[in-house]
Amino acid sequence: MTTIIPFIPRSTSAALPHLQPAAASPAVCRVPLLRHRIPAGFPSPADGYVESALDLNTYLVRNKTATFFFRVIGDSMTGANIHDGDMLVVDRSIEPKHGHIVLAVINNEYTVKRLHSMNGVIELHAENPAYSPICFQEHDELQVWGVVTGAVSRFAV
Amino acid sequence: MFALVDVNNFYVSCERVFNPHLENRPVVVLSNNDGCAVARSNEVKALGVKMGAPWFQMQELEKQHGIVALSSNYALYADMSSRVVSILRDYSPNVEVYSIDESFLGLNGLHSLWPSFASMGQSIRQRVLQWTGLPVCVGIGPSKTLAKLANHIAKKNSRFNGVCDLAAMNPAEIDALLAGIEVGEVWGVGGRINAHLQAAGIWTVKDLRDAPLTWLRSRFGVVMERTGNELHGISCLDLEKIAPPKKQIVSCRSFGQAVHALPDLSEAVASHASHAAEKLRRQDGVCSAIHIFIHTNPFREQDPRYSNSIVIPLPNASADTRLLVRAALFGLKKIYKPGYAYIKAGVMLMGIGEAQVAQASLLLKHGAGQRSEDLMKAMDALNRRYGRHTVSVFASAAVKSWAMRRENMSPCYTTRWSDVPLAHAR
Repeated sequence: MTTIIPFIPRSTSAALPHLQPAAASPAVCRVPLLRHRIPAGFPSPADGYVESALDLNTYLVRNKTATFFFRVIGDSMTGANIHDGDMLVVDRSIEPKHGHIVLAVINNEYTVKRLHSMNGVIELHAENPAYSPICFQEHDELQVWGVVTGAVSRFAV
Repeated sequence: MFALVDVNNFYVSCERVFNPHLENRPVVVLSNNDGCAVARSNEVKALGVKMGAPWFQMQELEKQHGIVALSSNYALYADMSSRVVSILRDYSPNVEVYSIDESFLGLNGLHSLWPSFASMGQSIRQRVLQWTGLPVCVGIGPSKTLAKLANHIAKKNSRFNGVCDLAAMNPAEIDALLAGIEVGEVWGVGGRINAHLQAAGIWTVKDLRDAPLTWLRSRFGVVMERTGNELHGISCLDLEKIAPPKKQIVSCRSFGQAVHALPDLSEAVASHASHAAEKLRRQDGVCSAIHIFIHTNPFREQDPRYSNSIVIPLPNASADTRLLVRAALFGLKKIYKPGYAYIKAGVMLMGIGEAQVAQASLLLKHGAGQRSEDLMKAMDALNRRYGRHTVSVFASAAVKSWAMRRENMSPCYTTRWSDVPLAHAR
């Protein structure tokens, strides 16, 4: 069963609603005639050259729809200037090629490495001598999740 | 000509993109409050778990087969959905987003760009998978109803490789396919009509297509006649590129655990009213009444049961959260009875109209006018920028005992910096 009860907000429920005063003599309102100087002679030479400010998104992201961010954990890629804690920009729309830094799926984990693909030999290389490369045999499957197109660091200040 | 692109097991597929552990494992995604299955991986479907099956019924299967159950992560699904739609917009200028995982594409005028529409379908499949990691199926047909059927066929028959174009098939082949599909699979044939159709001897899609249109009309009405036409390839339903504004807005939810006290209920109702008001403003609407309802668990016969609802007309049409919350709480007080274990509360906004055509009134308005509009705009902007509940009406710092239960939610991988997935460098 649904009941219907009219609702009048408490503040005005006891009295009649307030009428707004009619605006018989509106307050004088000063309109500034000239707010800024208008050059009489030549128009501003900058007109027509106005550009939007720089946006890091356009610098780092080529294909927004296919781009995802990952956070780096570990130091195996320091030789490629990818450090622990950096934010990786990963583009899935790029075909992985020899020399690309890629995000691969190894043992159900996302791993960042440099892809080596020469003469049918496929390897993933770290950029830190402390780590050895991962080699793939003929029947192994390498799953590349995306190609790393950039890394961003923020410094403590 | 239309195409329907649909993501396979959408919620599960989104979760798998960011969690390789879920690959080849049975995965279900549960509804709000982790109540029942709203998405199932193929492995779960193979175990016989039905859509909407309550989670407690699956717990035996969980032990036996190691089903992974996840709470729904709508932030993730919404982001992935918009990525898919933006890819589809590269293929056709006419896209109707039908639901979070389904979109119709208008194909008229595009045939010269492709050797065949099937090849366009394969290109869509390939690109969506490559760019987002989500598997999709594409159905193509001369009407939306046939495109949807073609999608169903593509999904069920692996020989189509995910793309089925009914318009490119010969009549005998189509007949054979349609004779093998139950009539209930046709778009718009719901449970009750399905039963009536079967009683009239119409079991398969082919039966329905071959039924005389005049008979369909006299027996089931114009909507079914239109479906008959659509099955013959005569397009009667156009793309709806802009979702029509909603006539009613509902916000309600079951509580994580039963709620007894008025203050707790009030907080939930106020939160629902705020949420509904925000949705209302998003479509530039105003409403003229608010319906409030509460109830106990109707299935617990051993406990005292109670349910009630009330409609509170507003003094004037408004979309102001402050007015709607006050009206909702006023209504709640009228129907609340102590001593019951409430499991659900909600509000529904009624009499929705457009803000621009709201009646002008000589009297002072409540929750309307420039000041109200400006305040609501500022509130919405703050909540968008800094997260929901940054600014709210009637909020309390108390622990929200009624909040949604989402025990197994995955991180918001694509929408929160704190939640982005990890890339190991070791």
